[in-house]
Formats: sequence, structure tokens, C-alpha cells
Amino acid sequence: MTDAADPAGARGLAPYALTAPALLLFAAVVLVPLVMTVLLSFHDWGQYKGIQPVLILKNWREVVEDSYFHEMFLRTFRIASWVTVLCALIGAPEAWILYRMRNPWKGLFLLVTLGPLLISVVARTLGWALLFGGETGVINHALLRLGLISAPLPFMFTETGVVIALVHVLVPFMVLAVWTALQRLDPQVENAAIGLGAGWLTVWRRIVLPLAMPGVLSGAIIVFSLAASAFATPAIIGGRRLKVASTLAYDEFLNTLNWPLGAAVAVLLLLALIAIIIGCNRLVERRYGEAFQ
Amino acid sequence: MSRNGPAALVFHALFAAFMLAPILIVCLVAFTPEGFLSIPTSHFSLRWFRAIARYPEFIAAFWSSLWLGLLSSAIAIGFSVPAALAIARYRFRGRAGLTALFLSPLMIPHVVLGIAFLRFFTQIGLGGTFIGLVLSHVVIVFPFALRLVLASAIGMDQAIENAAVSLGASRSAVFRRITLPLILPGVASGWALSFIQSFDEVTMTVFIAAPGMVTLPVRMFLYIQDNIDPLVTSVSACVIAITVLFLVVLDRLYGLERLLVGRGLQDRT
Repeated sequence: MTDAADPAGARGLAPYALTAPALLLFAAVVLVPLVMTVLLSFHDWGQYKGIQPVLILKNWREVVEDSYFHEMFLRTFRIASWVTVLCALIGAPEAWILYRMRNPWKGLFLLVTLGPLLISVVARTLGWALLFGGETGVINHALLRLGLISAPLPFMFTETGVVIALVHVLVPFMVLAVWTALQRLDPQVENAAIGLGAGWLTVWRRIVLPLAMPGVLSGAIIVFSLAASAFATPAIIGGRRLKVASTLAYDEFLNTLNWPLGAAVAVLLLLALIAIIIGCNRLVERRYGEAFQ
Repeated sequence: MSRNGPAALVFHALFAAFMLAPILIVCLVAFTPEGFLSIPTSHFSLRWFRAIARYPEFIAAFWSSLWLGLLSSAIAIGFSVPAALAIARYRFRGRAGLTALFLSPLMIPHVVLGIAFLRFFTQIGLGGTFIGLVLSHVVIVFPFALRLVLASAIGMDQAIENAAVSLGASRSAVFRRITLPLILPGVASGWALSFIQSFDEVTMTVFIAAPGMVTLPVRMFLYIQDNIDPLVTSVSACVIAITVLFLVVLDRLYGLERLLVGRGLQDRT
């Protein structure tokens, strides 16, 4: 019993002692503020009286009943859905192409694909604003010169523009998720299938897709939740009129100063996202549970 | 393994162009000799880079972003090393819950965090202060720090530590001479990734920044909201250049793929 020198009690406490500083930090700076925000969403507010610390349903009723908020949430989730679908359609094939590349190309293009993740969203969105509009509207110039369109397409201040820019911002997450899933693919299996006479379509359908699908779905969850809560891109490309949940919450907080209403919008966005993420996770696990083992 | 066909390569080229186009156009327009937004046709000019010097608010924002990034990533690493060691080595009650809590800033929308921090810091009298910014950034970069430290702590061979202990090394000596050097790649890359996340963060920070305490991305965002001119493209080009430099160094030191995939965690928790 040499372990007596290190009694079970002390050993049992060690992990708690090691995680305590971070836990205290998170309790104080994450949990408390979140609870305060939920409470804030029940407070009353008036132009002259400011925030009244009472618990009423006024803001929630407004958010749930007012058609302005319906339209805004609908737009938020419509944009997020489009972005998710497009990211899957573009990102999954690209991950497959990257997977089949060899170094040094593979390393270089991984950098090209994933590098933008670390570049400021503001700078990247500014790039889209330059490509879309004004004197530098390169996309419209090119389309006009090619004769594909007869008048410039409106990208700035439209949902189309927001979707395109968000796809650019978020598609690396999809590539990353699918690419991670493909790492489980043993190239020998594919070779064996081809050796046994399977065509590329069969290889795709029977081997690649089943392995890539969990990656696509987990990528879709990430992309959707980030797209639905994106702020800088819809604010810059969408402008002041095309409001989504996060830009509306920002307006309530920093322009109208109706903090309780802004808090209700933000809490509702959070709840909706949590529900969607949990629902999708269940679905993915039930359908593809074996792929994760 | 079969190679990519011509159709795949065309798709790939289009994809690469799509990824690079907005970044390249910002860098191109930044060199315009004109007084308005345009792609330089005759020659490149540095006039808009020189113009940055005349806008002290960009310079001040750069310095506060730099200090904020350095400080918050260092603090996040300080908190994450013991937490990562505990999660990597012990099976204890609440381990999964704690890990989920520590990674939660990745899942909670930054706009919600921004609102929560704004309310919280205003209530406790830290609204618009540098301390408030640091605390909030520590929390949002913590998951990145934790993930990378955790990946290297999980991959570490504990037999080496046990050998040192049996040879009479003290706890602090074991940590200093064995554990820390072994997890150093994770610590260094976790710090770097945290720094860059803090340096680029805009959505959460825009809520808690105050007129006298603004970070560079927030300053750029507020500027773009009013008008887009070549000045903000040259500032953006500088930010892109700094990030790319950082990225290439990180890729050489640690590998971008390992950095962003963080596989160590996904397989073990």
C-alpha cells in the first residue's frame, strides 16, 4: 500500500484543484452574465424611465407577436439555410479534391482554403463590398463584358450579397469538417472496390459518401449556427435596412438603447440555435452513430 | 488512390479564385494612386498607406488590439494549462460537463456574449474599460488555447514523469523540466491561435468597446459603416499582411491542419 502516501482523497481532489481557476473565471464571466441577460430580457424599459428591474413578459410578447420580428427571424434563418446548402455543395467536393491532392499542392491549397479563417472578417467582407459595388464592382463589370447580363445586378444591400459573402466566410468550416471525416477513409478500400470492378459512381455512392456524410452534417451544423448569428458581414453588406437577428440586437443596444428588447432577441436567437443544434445532433447520431465509433 | 480529373481541377481553380478574390482586391485597391476606390491601372502608389499615419484613431486602435491580444491570450494559456492537464489525465465526476463549459464560447453566438458582457460590465462598473475587454477576450479565446494544450497533453507519455518522480524530482521540478517542455508545442500554438482570434474579434467586442477603448477590427467596422474609402482598404491590407505572416510562421512551426482540426480532442472526449 505505497499509495497511502498519496491518499485517495488528495488524488480525487487534484483535477478539481487544477480546473478551479478556469471554472471560477467561467462562472463569473460567462454564466453570471448569461443569467443577467436572460433576466434583462424580462425587464421593463421606457424612453425616459430607462431599465426597470421588474419581471414582465412585455419584450417576449413583442418579439413573439410583432410581425416585424417574424420577418426578421425568417430572413435570418433563410439566409443561414442558403449559406449552409451552398457551403455543403461547394465545400464537400472541395474537401474531396483536397483529400486526393499530393504535397506540396495539398499543403498550399489547405493554406488557401483554411487561411482565410484567420483573416479578419471585416477585411474579408470589405473585399466583397469592393467586388459587389461602386467603381470597383468587378463582378458586374465582368458579367456585363461577358454579355451574361444587360444591367448590373444588385448585390449590395441584398440577401444574395449577404449569402455570397457569408459562404466565403464560412465555407472553410465545411471543408475542414468533411476533410476530417475523409481522414477515416482507407485508400485501400477504394482501390479494392475499383479492383473488383466497381465504377467511380459506385465507389462514390457506397464508400465515399457514407463516410463523408457525417462530416457534411457536422459541418452544416457549425455553418448554420455561425451564419444565423453572423454580425459584421450582414451589417456591412446588408446595410441598415436588411436587418438580421444580430444586427437588430445591436441596434436595440447601441442606437435605440432598449436593452431589454435587444436581450430578448438575443436570447431567442440563442434558444433557437440550441434547439436546432441539439435536434440535428440527435439526428446525425441516430443515422450515423456507427460512423463515430 | 486515383487522381483528380480535369473537371475536379477546374472546380478547384474556381474555388481557389473565390477564396482569394475578396482578399486580393482589398490589397490591390489599397495601392490605388487615385483619391477614390479604384483598381490601380497605371502604377501602384503608397499614398493611402502614408495616409494611415494621419489618422491617430487607427494607430491607437492597433496598439490596444495588440496589447489586448497579447494579454488575453497569455492569461487564457495560464488558465488552460492546469485545466488541460486535469482533463487529459484524470477521469473525474463532472469532467465532460466542465469540458463542455470551457468550450461553450465556441457555441454561444458572439453577439449573445457581447450583449451579456455589456450588461455585466456595465452593472459591475467595468463598462468600457480595458480590464473588461481583457476578461471577455480571455473567455472567448480560452477554447482555442484549451484545445491545443489538451491535444499535446493527451499525446504526452506520462512514464517520463513517473521516472522523474521515482528518481527524486520534486513536483515543481517535474512540471518545469519535463511536463512543460513536452507540452510546449501545444502551449505555443495555442497562444498564437488565441492571439489571432483576439486580434480579429469584432462581433463581441463591438458591444463592449467604448469611444476611448476601441480595437482595430471594431474601428474598421465602424469606419466602413459610415463610408468605404481607400484608407480603410490600406488599413485592411496591413491587417491581412500581419495575419498572413503569422499564418505562414504558424504553418511552418505547427502545421495549419493540426492547428485547426484539433483532432486530439475529438477522438478522446
